Amino acid sequence: MSLAKSPWIIHVNCNSCNGCDIEVVACLTPLYDAERFGLLNIGTPKQADIMVVTGSVNYKSVNVLKNIYNQIPDPKVVLAVGACASTGGIFHDCYNVIGGVDQIIPVDAYVPGCCPKPEAIIDGVVAALSILENKKKGNIRGKEVKLKGKEVASNA
Amino acid sequence: MNVNDVLTAVLVLIGAPIIGCLAAGIDRKLTARLQGRVGPPLLQPYYDVKKLLSKDNMIVNESQNLYVVVYVAFMILSLLMLVFKADILMIIFVYTISSIALIVGGMSTGSPYARIGSSREIMAILSYEPVLILYALAIYLVTGTFKLSAVLDASTPLLMYTPLIFIAMLFVLNIKLKKSPFDYSTSHHAHQELVKGMLTEYSGPGLAGIEIGHFYEYVFLTGLIFVFWTVNPLIGVLISIAAFLLVIVIDNITARVYWQWMLKLSWTLLLAISIVNIAFLYITKPTLV
Repeated sequence: MSLAKSPWIIHVNCNSCNGCDIEVVACLTPLYDAERFGLLNIGTPKQADIMVVTGSVNYKSVNVLKNIYNQIPDPKVVLAVGACASTGGIFHDCYNVIGGVDQIIPVDAYVPGCCPKPEAIIDGVVAALSILENKKKGNIRGKEVKLKGKEVASNA
Repeated sequence: MNVNDVLTAVLVLIGAPIIGCLAAGIDRKLTARLQGRVGPPLLQPYYDVKKLLSKDNMIVNESQNLYVVVYVAFMILSLLMLVFKADILMIIFVYTISSIALIVGGMSTGSPYARIGSSREIMAILSYEPVLILYALAIYLVTGTFKLSAVLDASTPLLMYTPLIFIAMLFVLNIKLKKSPFDYSTSHHAHQELVKGMLTEYSGPGLAGIEIGHFYEYVFLTGLIFVFWTVNPLIGVLISIAAFLLVIVIDNITARVYWQWMLKLSWTLLLAISIVNIAFLYITKPTLV
């Protein structure tokens, strides 16, 4: 239970329109007050447990995303917030968009919606917490994602 | 070294982190209430440390861990010296080593955020160290010795002769606890600007060690305030708690300022009032009995 009582999240904005980001920040405001569950928005990936990604992945942001994922110490979970992060959303066939976050790194929980309500995001974090506990029990470790994979276009 | 001393040392080693943990919990709860939130449970700092201990330790270089050990060890040593009424000048020097360990640890990682945080922490030390030395000097002037036992055995409280230094020490408490408006080096509230300052590259057990060190530091710093009124320990404890709560309230009602502002404040106002107090003691030559 030790992990579930103090989940620290790092918020990564891949290519978001800022709609989901505003809703993620809204979770920390006095109205929802996610800190009452011990949840903190921490700035550095090295101290985070949950990676909250918003926005679809494009060729410019893909290596940043992988870098941040690799820097989070195990056990860790990834939460894709919003339609874009889950599937690519309305940008899925854009010339510069690779797709959802799960094309690049393993995603443990999805929060659909454009944009999702703060209640839904908090619900997603709670769902991610049980996955985090299971990962700790099963000693499941995140694989290191190689930079400059095949998803990077030759002209990028 | 008798059985009583050993028992006291063990009690401090176990009791101080518990008190520090509760103080940190009260800090977070009170901050949340002042912001109109419910806030985390009182034992949240304990849950955080427990979680951090169960995580992987991701480090940049091995010496990073050594600096955490040095920080905690010297922090405990300075607290023990305070409890055993040792030389106040020596306590300040030992305490400075523990602060330096964190700075060197931050510098050793090579992260630009850690470097900025470390250099800002050096500025903080530059600001509060003269006031601490004058605090030790005031103790010397009223007792004739740097030994804290002389203050603790006296029947008049130190605060009677050093009211201005007491005010300066409140600012030192604010700087040392890294609270707003002097929250530069580890940036509790400024992720966008500094990430986590000095502690950016620490993770898991390393960060847990630093948190435990902070718990000892809470007790040590309020202990320095306690020295001002040791005649009646109850009043001393009340003054310490009041000073701690004041720092939390100041943390919530002020915005962060430039580090230059901190340096100007301490090298003009705080040093001036401390020197006025020292000059008064030098001229009137009171003795604490």
